[in-house]
Order: sequence, then structure tokens, then C-alpha cells
Amino acid sequence: MTEPLVSFRHVEKTYDGRVNVVQALNLDIARGEFLTLLGPSGSGKTTTLMMLAGFEAPTAGEIFLAGRSLASVPAHKRSMGMVFQNYALFPHMTVAENLAYPLRRRGMAKGAIAEALGRAVEMVKLGGLEARYPAQLSGGQQQRVAVARALIFQPDLVLMDEPLGALDKNLREQMQLELKHLHAQLGTTVVYVTHDQSEALTMSDRVAVFHEGMVQQLDTPDAMYERPANSFVANFIGENNALPGKVEGRDGDFCRVRLETGELVRATAVNTAADGRTLVSIRPERLRLWADDGAEAANRIAAKVVETIYFGDHIRLHAMAGAVPLMLKLPLGTAGFAPGQAIALACAPGHCRALDPAPDAVA
Amino acid sequence: MSTAVAGTAVAGAGDLGRKLARANRAKQVTAFALLAPALLLMLLAFVWPIGALLTNAVHAPEFRDAVPKLAAWMEGWDGEALPDEAGFALVAEEFGRAFRDRSLPRASTRLNYERGGMRSLAMKTGRGAPRLAAPYRESLVALDPAWGDIATWRAIANASTWLTPRFVLQALDLQRVPGGGIQAVPPENRVYLDRLQVTFTISIVVTLVCAAIGYPMAYVMAMAGPNRGRLLFLLVLLPFWISLLVRTAAWVVLLQKEGIVNGALLALGIIDEPQQLIFNRFGVYVAMVHILLPFLVLPLYSVMKSIPRDHVRAAASLGATPASAFVTVYFPQTVPGLGAGCLLVFILSIGFYITPALVGGSRDQMLSSLIAENALGTANWGLASALALVLLCCVAVVYPVFGRYAGAKNLRLG
Repeated sequence: MTEPLVSFRHVEKTYDGRVNVVQALNLDIARGEFLTLLGPSGSGKTTTLMMLAGFEAPTAGEIFLAGRSLASVPAHKRSMGMVFQNYALFPHMTVAENLAYPLRRRGMAKGAIAEALGRAVEMVKLGGLEARYPAQLSGGQQQRVAVARALIFQPDLVLMDEPLGALDKNLREQMQLELKHLHAQLGTTVVYVTHDQSEALTMSDRVAVFHEGMVQQLDTPDAMYERPANSFVANFIGENNALPGKVEGRDGDFCRVRLETGELVRATAVNTAADGRTLVSIRPERLRLWADDGAEAANRIAAKVVETIYFGDHIRLHAMAGAVPLMLKLPLGTAGFAPGQAIALACAPGHCRALDPAPDAVA
Repeated sequence: MSTAVAGTAVAGAGDLGRKLARANRAKQVTAFALLAPALLLMLLAFVWPIGALLTNAVHAPEFRDAVPKLAAWMEGWDGEALPDEAGFALVAEEFGRAFRDRSLPRASTRLNYERGGMRSLAMKTGRGAPRLAAPYRESLVALDPAWGDIATWRAIANASTWLTPRFVLQALDLQRVPGGGIQAVPPENRVYLDRLQVTFTISIVVTLVCAAIGYPMAYVMAMAGPNRGRLLFLLVLLPFWISLLVRTAAWVVLLQKEGIVNGALLALGIIDEPQQLIFNRFGVYVAMVHILLPFLVLPLYSVMKSIPRDHVRAAASLGATPASAFVTVYFPQTVPGLGAGCLLVFILSIGFYITPALVGGSRDQMLSSLIAENALGTANWGLASALALVLLCCVAVVYPVFGRYAGAKNLRLG
């Protein structure tokens, strides 16, 4: 990574003087990347964005934009386009007036404004709607206006605060792709806040998962899913099977974990507690039926079938390993199972990850 | 059972439509029944009295009712010369009869509005009618030389109609010229237009001062957190819980020469001697602004509260300085609330009566005090109604103008 566009250095923020909503935040955002701040509500992601935009001031630490401290730069001088959750279109202005607003604030000439307006309208496919007022537009159209308004003055950085939250599912998925393509086309740096993990995985170059004011993991979407750093991330992103156990020994990158059911499994050692307690995380699609051909080299986990559910493109099997619920995805045509039937499951040690036993991670 | 199902199934569209209409009719009847008390109250307490009052402004049949034959005969009089003997004879007959059946006093009051001194002439004539004899012209002139004056007859002719423009004209400081035409009364006799001008001046100043004080107040309320916002809201509403009379009287206590305000200013050395702060225009402004401020703040607050905070943030992120964001984004969205508040304050000001009467000087009385004086003091209901009509017309003009430029119709309540 060359010099980052944005750097958070030891940034903290507290509203009530007791709890830090953002703590010890160190984050570098590269020029041109699409970075998503992902987390449940109250995790500090929006506060982080607001501090970057200049609407909130950090209580400690500093934020740098292209190497320059933002501490004394007011919001209107930061030149960051922002898309708000409810778009924040100005209701008393037409689409064209809304789009021209940032240009007029910059004292741009009328001709140049008209030209930029034409390009922006074309970019977000709003042709013919210039004279409408926001209230006369559909949610998707309002969304497009908000995006175009944030991009029209060619800011270095565009901030988006759950911009798709108010749209229905189909439109949201379509807009996700549109935003992604727009980003690829323009090369603008985007910082995107969402609580929707699929949105984060679909659109981002990198994702920062926030929890309790801290970045839990900062990674590419695939690494985030395949190699979660802790139990919170494993649970928050995608579906997860978590088997509690205790580490009995280590060899290199791996460790031996004695599960609560008494079985011994080999897992990738990632992040275990000092006393050896751990949660072994296995993605549902990495768990499969034990093949009784003698060549099986994977971990063996005994379980009892609870039910099978037909999903059209796969079959989902719910089972219990002792007191721990397990879920796995099986290909279609897998033979029927009776509830209560004893089965053996297999998972390669590379896909078993021994993570922290965080109590809230099980939720 | 099966028949019923079949019946429903084959029922045509007309049947279904009828059912829908019946279902809707029940709903409409319920809605109307719920509205009926309010409508009835509106009709009884609002439409009917105002209608009756406004009719009074132009409808003045007292004289005609008292002396119908004379009034009918006067319609044929050309107004150029004294009427002939028939007219004099009718005066003697009708005034005498009206005197006996006691309808003459009211009728003569009406006559007196047309021309000063007519009341005593009418009563004198009525009392003396039994002693009059033909030729009536000579005997009437002998009774009172005024009967030989054509102006007396013109006054009778003017009083003989059902409808009269005289009160409305008077309310606008206009008068009829003998022989037709309308002219303004001489400046030294002008009363009502001056009052109207004072009324408008006071109302406009009060509205502007309310807006200047109320706008930042509503802004702070809208921006405050829930706890502080509730406290401020309470403070704004508090004056509503105290009688208007008490609040006005409190200002007398505060602002009088020996009052708290003068005392404080003297003690601080800002003034050398007590200032006249009350029973003049200043006192009227202070007391009226205090009473009317909530009417400006509340609609404005409700509009401000509905403006998302993100709008100003969005303006800032798009490069607007705080001042520019306020002017271009925030203020335009508050205009409907400001307009509605100003309109409310202005219209209430126009009709203010008690406050100027208590804390104003004689030159600060507003039009409504003249209405009260005419209605309750001199019982000149015609003029009181005409003045009320003038006020109502002013409001009717102001309202749409305001509505158009301030967008009061866009006001969102709540």
C-alpha cells in the first residue's frame, strides 16, 4: 500500500464520558479502494464515519487526509461527498438544483455547472427527471440523485451511511451492483457503512468489522469469510457452527482440541484463550458426511440428525453433536435421514478454526 | 345454505355495487354523525352570528318599519325640492302614530345617524302631531322651521330604505354628497381610517418582533435534546395557563413608573428619571408580543422539528459554510412554519382589544375598541358591524397573500 488517503491514529470517541463508542481506532484507507465499515448497530461504525466527515470530533487521536490532520478542518472544507441514510435531498429544490448545489457552493460558472449536471444525470440514468422535486421520485431514483450529488463535485472521498437501507430487497441488490460499477468506473475512494454483511461482501475491496467500538478484523471479503479472526466475526459474517472445547496441544499452525463431546479434533490455531478454552468454528459448507472408505483423513464428529430441510439447490441438515447444534449443506439427492439417526461428520483441519470462547460470540 | 351461496355467486355487478354503496353509506352516516356536533356548533356559534352581524352593517329597517307609508312615499320623491303637501301630511300622520305606539324613538335614532338633531325633531313632531292641522306644510314649519329645510327631507329619504351604505361608508371615513356621489370626510373628522392604520401598524410591528424573537427560540427548542426541549416547550406554553387579563395586568405592575423595570434601570444608572413605559405604544407592543409569541413559536417549532438534521449536514458535506447552509437549506424549509406563525399572530393582533385597552394610551386604541364602543357603548350596531366587516375584509385580503408568498398551506402539523 502506498501512502493511505485516510489514516485514523488512536482515535477515540465518547459521548457520555464513560463509554468509548470508538476505541483505539487505527485504520488506513487506500486511495481508490471501496472500504466497508460493517457491524451491528451501536458498534461505532457510523460514529467513525461521522468523525471522518467532520460532524463529530474525536475525543482523542487524530484523523489524517492525504497526510494532513483534519482536526481543525470543518466539514464543509473537507470536500468529501456524503450519501445519507435517508438521502437528505433538499425537498425545496428540484433534482437539478440538488445536483448543482455543491457546484454552486464552489462558485462554478453556469456553463460548467450545466455540463457537469448533464454528465451526472447520464451517469446515474436520471434523464428527464431534472425538474422533479425529490418527493416526486421513487426511492431508487432518490437514491441515485443522492449518489450523483455526492459525486458531482469529484471529491477524493465519498462517504456512504447505509444508503441502501430504505430500499426493498430487489432494488437494494440492483443498486449494490450499480454502486460497485460506479466505483470501478470512477476510481473514487468510497467508505461505506452498513450492517448488512452480504452487502459488505458483495461491494467491498476490504471490510472492517466493528464490534464494541473496535475493529475486529480488516480484510478482503473472501478472507473475512474463509478465515475469520475471532468468534464474533465468524458468527457475524455468514453462518457458523461453533463447537466448544479445550486445546490439548499444539503442533505448528495447528492444535488439538478436545471437544465437549469428548472427541479430539485437529484445528487451525487462530485465537484461543490462555486457559485453552476455545470455540471451533466450521462453515456449514465445509462440514460433510463421513465417507466410510478408510481413506478419510479429516476430523470425525459424531452427531444425531434433527431434521433435513429441502432448499431447492441444496439440502440443509440440522444435527446435534452432544448439546451443540450443527448445520451443514448437502448436495441434492443425498439419501434421506430419519430424525434421531446417528451420523458421522467430517471436516478438514484447515477448515476448522480454533477461535476465542467469547461468550457473546455464541449468540 | 347452498341456495344462499348460489345466490351470491350469480349476483350481478349491479347487486355488488349496491352492496358496496350500502356499506359505504353506513360509513358516511357514521362519519357525518361524528362531525354533526362540530358542524352544528360552527353554524350556531360562527356562521350565523357573523352572518347576522355583517347583515347589520347594511341592513337598517328601523325607520322604514316604524313609518312604512311615509317611507314608501319617499321613494317617489326626486330630492330636488321640498315635497308637496301629501308628504307633509304623511309626516304628521305617521310620526304621530309611531309616537303613540312607541316605535318612534328607535326610528329617530336611525334618523339621527343620517343627520344630527333629527332625533329631537322627530320626537318633537311626534309629540306635537295631534295638534297639527292642514295645511300640514305650514303647521309643520311652524312647529319647527327645520321642516322647511331640504336637508331634513334628504335625511328622511336616506333613512327610508331597507339597505343603507351609510355605516360602511362611515367606517371608511366616507360620506354621501347630497345629490349623489361619495367623498372623503374632512381630515379633521377622520376617525376610522386612522384607527385602521394604527391597527395595522401595531399588528405589523408585533408580528415582526414576534418573528425576530420567536425564530431563534423555536430553533433552540427544535435543536435541544429531548429533556431540555421539553422544558423549553413548557416555558413557551406556560403563559397559556394564565389568564390574558392577569398577564396584561402584570405588565402594568412591571412597567409602571414606580415599577420593577423602571426601578432596575434607575438603579443601574441607565436612565435618570422613570420613563413612561406603559399606557403608550411601547407598552402595547411589549404586552402583545408576550401574549402572541407562542402562536408564532409553536407552528414554527413543529415545522423545524420535522426537518432532518441530515439536511444541514448534507449541505456542509457539499461545501456549504454554516451560514450558507442555513440560508439555502434550513431557512427555506422553515418558511411555511414562519408564514403560518406570522399569519396567526397578525390576524390575532388585528382583532386585539383587551390589551391595548389596558396598557395603551388613547392614541393606541385599535379598531376593535371602536367596535366594542359602538356595539356596547352607543348601541350603534350598524356602525359596529360595518367596522367588523372592514376588519374581516382586511383578514380576507391578508390571508391569501400570505398563503401565496409564505406557503402557509404547506404547513405540516405535528
